[in-house]
Amino acid sequence: MKTQPLTASAKITLLKDMMRIRRMEELCAELYTQEKIRGFLHLYIGEEAVAAGVMANVREQDNVIATYREHGHALLKGVSADAIMAEMFGRVDGCSRGRGGSMHLFSRAHRFFGGNAIVAGGIPQGVGLALAARQLGEDRLTFCFFGDGAMAEGAFHESANIAALWQLPVILCCENNRYAMGTAIERYESQTSMTEKAHAYNIEAQAVDGMDVLACHTATRQAVAAVRAQQKPYFLEFNTYRFRPHSMFDPELYRQKAEVDAWKKKCPIASWRRALLADQLISETGLAQIAADIEKEMRQALAFAEASAWEPLADLERFLYATAEGTPKGGHA
Amino acid sequence: MSPRPIRMTYREALRRGLDAALQRDPRVLLLGEDVGAYGGTYAVSKGLLKKFGPERIRDTPLSELGFTGIGVGAALGGLRPIVEIMTVNFSFLALDQIVNSAAIMHHMSGGQFTVPLVVRMTTGGGRQLAAQHSNSFEGWFAHIPGLRILAPATVEDARHMLAPALADPNPVLIFEHALLLNREEECAENLAGFNPWQAAVRKPGQQLSLITYGGMLPRALEAAASLHEQGIDIEVIDLRCLRPLDDATILASVRKTHRALIVDEGWRSGSLAAEISARIMEQAFYDLDAPVQRLCRKEVPLPYAKPLEDFAIPQVADIVATVREMLQKGAQP
Repeated sequence: MKTQPLTASAKITLLKDMMRIRRMEELCAELYTQEKIRGFLHLYIGEEAVAAGVMANVREQDNVIATYREHGHALLKGVSADAIMAEMFGRVDGCSRGRGGSMHLFSRAHRFFGGNAIVAGGIPQGVGLALAARQLGEDRLTFCFFGDGAMAEGAFHESANIAALWQLPVILCCENNRYAMGTAIERYESQTSMTEKAHAYNIEAQAVDGMDVLACHTATRQAVAAVRAQQKPYFLEFNTYRFRPHSMFDPELYRQKAEVDAWKKKCPIASWRRALLADQLISETGLAQIAADIEKEMRQALAFAEASAWEPLADLERFLYATAEGTPKGGHA
Repeated sequence: MSPRPIRMTYREALRRGLDAALQRDPRVLLLGEDVGAYGGTYAVSKGLLKKFGPERIRDTPLSELGFTGIGVGAALGGLRPIVEIMTVNFSFLALDQIVNSAAIMHHMSGGQFTVPLVVRMTTGGGRQLAAQHSNSFEGWFAHIPGLRILAPATVEDARHMLAPALADPNPVLIFEHALLLNREEECAENLAGFNPWQAAVRKPGQQLSLITYGGMLPRALEAAASLHEQGIDIEVIDLRCLRPLDDATILASVRKTHRALIVDEGWRSGSLAAEISARIMEQAFYDLDAPVQRLCRKEVPLPYAKPLEDFAIPQVADIVATVREMLQKGAQP
């Protein structure tokens, strides 16, 4: 498929997007050790090329639904670092009023549908969002993110089958980081090629180097074009790796340090930075400026979160039920 | 002037409710196993495929989790889906989407997202379908905050409950009792002030409040008629909505009769009957002349053999005997 090459500015944006995610995640890790962020915290460090490459193809009107490792996707969909960080802190100005935390970022204004912490739980919903867009005649694609672990869940298989059968405009983005929590893919999958599973449902699929942001971007652009032209689903397998433990509670007994180190050498940010410098698309000064801007954005987010209040206790039952004329009032049972 | 009520079956009433909903709102669609070409497992949706086409009457694969989740996503995306699950037992395959997503989405997103989804399913025993097709789990679903639960026990409710369920912005589960499908009653096509969220006094009486719902209502009314011939005058309350429960109607009745018997087809332990009993005890203890009693399904998997099945589910004679016993005990000094 013939595609226009990316402009210099678009290439720099890819770097900036990855760096924003990385910095936010590092800050979250730090705040977790300070016990300012609690609960489960799953970091995306190492996998940034996937979110950056995919999300650069997502328009404002498109739907995104993701997993519990979704901070970066929310950020790149346009949810502010302020609202994300306040959510991490459990504060009322968080994008879910502090009710969801790290695993449950939501933003209706940005058509960001979560933040689903049931593995594969978001997949049927993504397919349903695509059904709604098509049936309502809306120009709207749905991007559905899930991990390799989700591919062993029935929800994936049931949803993929129906998406293909009903020809729904959904882009299934499998972020294959090779581990279902602590179980290596070879230890839980009889078929380790995720694209083969998609092919079994007659879904067009490609495997992508998930450590290469340009490859992620290009593949997604092709997927978008195919979905638009054919009005049917597309499957992308991004081969990637998380550099950090599964969550902050994970002692990493299941993988060797040498393996982690080998993957770290493929850091998507470092390699893309080198490429941009080599092509003279950016200078060291330019890079420093980007880093400084990001630092400012994240420090501002931290201050915003710190200053935000807890949701009043009196609001606990608020929003249990949406209200409409003629329906029972309040959150009583 | 509304036309005179006509006589029809509960099945026909359900079909008319669906037909009217599909005509009224182009966003409404019906999806489930065999709802289209087959005409519905219980022939409820017969003829609708021809009338509304395959986009709005969607036969699904045998994928309860998948198509229920697609219903959740479609509702999030702006449609008004009606998901049909063949029987309540199969709903357990879809439980994750109902309980972990549909029920919580509005609250956890801080009021941003609503899931205006209707899930219909048949419930109940009595047709020799054995232990995997005969359960009464509606009370179990009524445990879940964020859901609304309706149980039509009359033909009129079968005809009219769907519209307010669809108008409600929250997920609503409708439990249709399989034994009622062939029941014929008068049914008005237009009902002013129809409110499915309130319990109904189906037969006024003075000596005891019999509280029931769904498939047990006809038995309760038959028992009440038989008791009337024996000079005993009981009140029969049809709950109609199992969450939220209409405490006011229940308590007003108990305060009048001073005795309460709950007839619930579900298992007794941790049941809806237990909840209602607790509420009466909490709010009307000093109005009672006798302990609240419960008549429930015996706590075994429902057997196929007819005598055993009948023995396990409350029958008219059981209700009559229990009422008589309660009144005799109460009469002793």
